[in-house]
Amino acid sequence: MKCKKCGNKASVNMRQHKLALCRDHYLEWVPEQTERFITKYEMFTRDEKILVAVSGGKDSLALWDILTRLGYEADGLYLGLGIDGGIDYSHESQRLAEKFANEYNLKLHIVDIEKEYGQSIPVLSEMSHRGHGKPCAVCGLTKRHEMNRIARDLGYDVLATGHNLDDEAAVLFGNTLMWDANYLLRQGPVLPATPGLARKAKPLCRFYEREMTAYCLLRGIEYIYEECPFAEGSTSIYYKELLNQLETTRPGAKLTFYLRFLEARKNGELFVEKNVEQAHLHPCPNCGQPTSAPGLCSFCRMIERVNSIESVPGPSS
Amino acid sequence: MAVKLILRDEEYEVKPGMTLLSALQKINVVPESVIATRDGEMILEDEILKDGDVIKLIAVISGGR
Ligand code: SF4
Ligand SMILES: [Zn+2]
Ligand SMILES: [Zn+2]
Repeated sequence: MKCKKCGNKASVNMRQHKLALCRDHYLEWVPEQTERFITKYEMFTRDEKILVAVSGGKDSLALWDILTRLGYEADGLYLGLGIDGGIDYSHESQRLAEKFANEYNLKLHIVDIEKEYGQSIPVLSEMSHRGHGKPCAVCGLTKRHEMNRIARDLGYDVLATGHNLDDEAAVLFGNTLMWDANYLLRQGPVLPATPGLARKAKPLCRFYEREMTAYCLLRGIEYIYEECPFAEGSTSIYYKELLNQLETTRPGAKLTFYLRFLEARKNGELFVEKNVEQAHLHPCPNCGQPTSAPGLCSFCRMIERVNSIESVPGPSS
Repeated sequence: MAVKLILRDEEYEVKPGMTLLSALQKINVVPESVIATRDGEMILEDEILKDGDVIKLIAVISGGR
């Protein structure tokens, strides 16, 4: 297969676009497309300060690299979750995030959850009895909370995450299976800021996961290849595999699934948008982030609970 | 000899002379879920696999973040 632009041997073939490109032209094409999506969905401008959530994985490092190449003012935020799982997962991913930051002379904020709140994610999860034996519920809650906190405290205009099209399509697939109107109405490439919550943008939301892997390989970005040990057997991985089977026989199916959703939602074809959510939100008296019931938000309640357990002599050392 | 394909801890062998796409189908790997490399270079699905080739498959799917 030959590169559509120069005729040299192609390294990447994107069947959904009927486009094959060589290494050099691919590495040019990705930032061009990203810029197009940033503008199209009005994510942010070059005058704004961007905080990139960096996990050490391929998507977030690719995103940081692309934004920097495009000349955006983008700093990184790494959250130390304290997950070991026999593969030293958190240490290794932090090492790779730091390595990337050093290599390109970028600013990386590091927040260690255990230092900040006294316990690692797996222990917080165990002590707060949330999430049926898996720490993912507490992990997700904590990550959202901390990203918002840091973005707000340090004065960033927008929080950028590395979600790719496969991530978005898998979430959409799950929400569609449940016909979860609330979640469907909230999913999109950019979520505007609301009181207490930073604006969120997903500049990679139209790239396939495979394309981000290719980008890292061709750019020579070293990322953490091992999964978080708790991701094994997760529903999102299962949905991604299903969607990839569909994609293999019907190139472009994933892309269409997501883009048609965005279009239908925007045109009001899906549901009548009601502003119920906003109306019923209260600021948490402790941290100020919005919550649906008066009183502490779920995160602060969790920490309070854990702290109260901690003060009693408990099972952990 | 044969063509060797490696995905994480698994090793597979196929006959030389088939395309990468046919090889992936033969070993039941969804082509969309991997990227194939040979000697560190990415190769595409129409590539004909030769005797002695060692193809490293890189899984592209990752979980929650
Ligand atoms: S799989 Fe993701 S959400 Fe679950 S614990 Fe690991 S990093 Fe956190
Ligand atoms: Zn080219
Ligand atoms: Zn709170």
